[in-house]
Amino acid sequence: MIKLRFSLFLCLLVSHGAVAEYRATGDLGIVIERAKGSALIINTSQRSILAKIESLGDLSHASVVFSRDERYAFIFGRDGGLTKIDLLQDKVAKRIIQAGNSIGGAISQDGHFIAVSNYTPGGIKIFLTETLELVAEIPAEYGENKLSKVVGLVDAPNQQFVFSLFDAGEIWLVDINNPKKPEIKKFKAIGKQPYDALLSPDGRYYIAGLFGEQGLAVLDLWNPETGVKRILPDYGKEDEKLPVYKMPHLEGWAVAGDYMLIPAVGQHEVLVIDKRSWTLVKRIPVAGQPVFVMARPDGRHIWVNFAFPDNQKLQIIDAKDLTIIKSLAPGKAVLHMEFTPRGEEVWVSVRDDNQLVVYDTESFKEIIRLPAENPSGIFFSSRAHKMGL
Amino acid sequence: MHRTIFLCLGLLSQAQVLADPPPQERQETLRNMLRHDCGACHGLTLKGGLGPALLASDLAAKSDDYLVDTIQNGRKGTAMPPWKPFISEQETLWLVQTILKRH
Repeated sequence: MIKLRFSLFLCLLVSHGAVAEYRATGDLGIVIERAKGSALIINTSQRSILAKIESLGDLSHASVVFSRDERYAFIFGRDGGLTKIDLLQDKVAKRIIQAGNSIGGAISQDGHFIAVSNYTPGGIKIFLTETLELVAEIPAEYGENKLSKVVGLVDAPNQQFVFSLFDAGEIWLVDINNPKKPEIKKFKAIGKQPYDALLSPDGRYYIAGLFGEQGLAVLDLWNPETGVKRILPDYGKEDEKLPVYKMPHLEGWAVAGDYMLIPAVGQHEVLVIDKRSWTLVKRIPVAGQPVFVMARPDGRHIWVNFAFPDNQKLQIIDAKDLTIIKSLAPGKAVLHMEFTPRGEEVWVSVRDDNQLVVYDTESFKEIIRLPAENPSGIFFSSRAHKMGL
Repeated sequence: MHRTIFLCLGLLSQAQVLADPPPQERQETLRNMLRHDCGACHGLTLKGGLGPALLASDLAAKSDDYLVDTIQNGRKGTAMPPWKPFISEQETLWLVQTILKRH
């Protein structure tokens, strides 16, 4: 009897074990395998690859946002594909092709809507997070029936989306409190060829970088009626503009105290801007054309990667004195970096070496290398609760 | 008769401008560059991004010289940078013909 009871207990234990593979999602992430059209689900606490999701189309330049419950990842593919991945079940929950050529997306403040920015047809589309059903379509019309490519799409407080029109040189602010009838405010002549944009972490400032001319365009969302302000219009005017082999990205906001750090365009420099006066404080010479300039979550260090032909390097700037304190060489074609939620480690994608490298951000020592096929973007689920990401 | 001569000449000049293929290893580097580095702006499948599409059908009306010049020296007033420091003229011609699927 005792024996039977014991084996019954064992049975229960085993069967309980089988159903008890609960998975929390707060320390998960998605890594894009751009050439393969697949995505890896990874765990940042175990530093492991949990699953590979395939057949996601053209994922060059793909980016990801997360549902606020951190269960779902939404992948925006270059070919207009929008895929909802279930992180609990390692599978595609829903997938649609919503445009011909797209560049990124955002999730609304309340988490109910996904917006996608498209190159072809130029504009944005808004979908229900739950079903990916189309709710609204906003063509980026300018001039005489022309459609502009849309870049720098972010979510902003009060159920708004903000984006820039590359061909038109405009910033549009869209209020979706009435999702069927979005209200659009257009800011025109903001500068030539805005190529990307970011939102400050407090959701107040929308900043677009310009490729067609010097400087940046800033929209203060606390005072949108004051219009878009141009900053650093004279920056680097007297210097020869160097060729740009890959457009920089303005993702996130590298802030150190009152300073903001952004990639220069056509100069091998990181620019330090005083965000109280929007003036240039310092130009930090770096190893190449910066692509991503990303602050560790505590803001102490800023990590920088570079465009071809300097894309095998990483440099780290100390926010304390705004100097480079470390240079690393992770491998061939370093494309992206993502910090763990509190920043003790950073994951780096090395495209041509087919590897992910995890670094300790204090000692700069390599912790582990994991295999991935031509990895590009890395996105952790902690983005779910950050505005503008 | 005239037409035959014209055709022959056409074939001859076509044959003459075909680029010498670079060594195998270099070809792979160039193809990787085309996919990923050109692809950063023109799309991994060359269907276009911030830069225009580069499929054979999109480039049909452009001459080889124009395309080689664009890649070598970039296009002023656009985001297209010069690739001269990294790719020789012969390699560029080979790359153009690869894009146009002539070999």
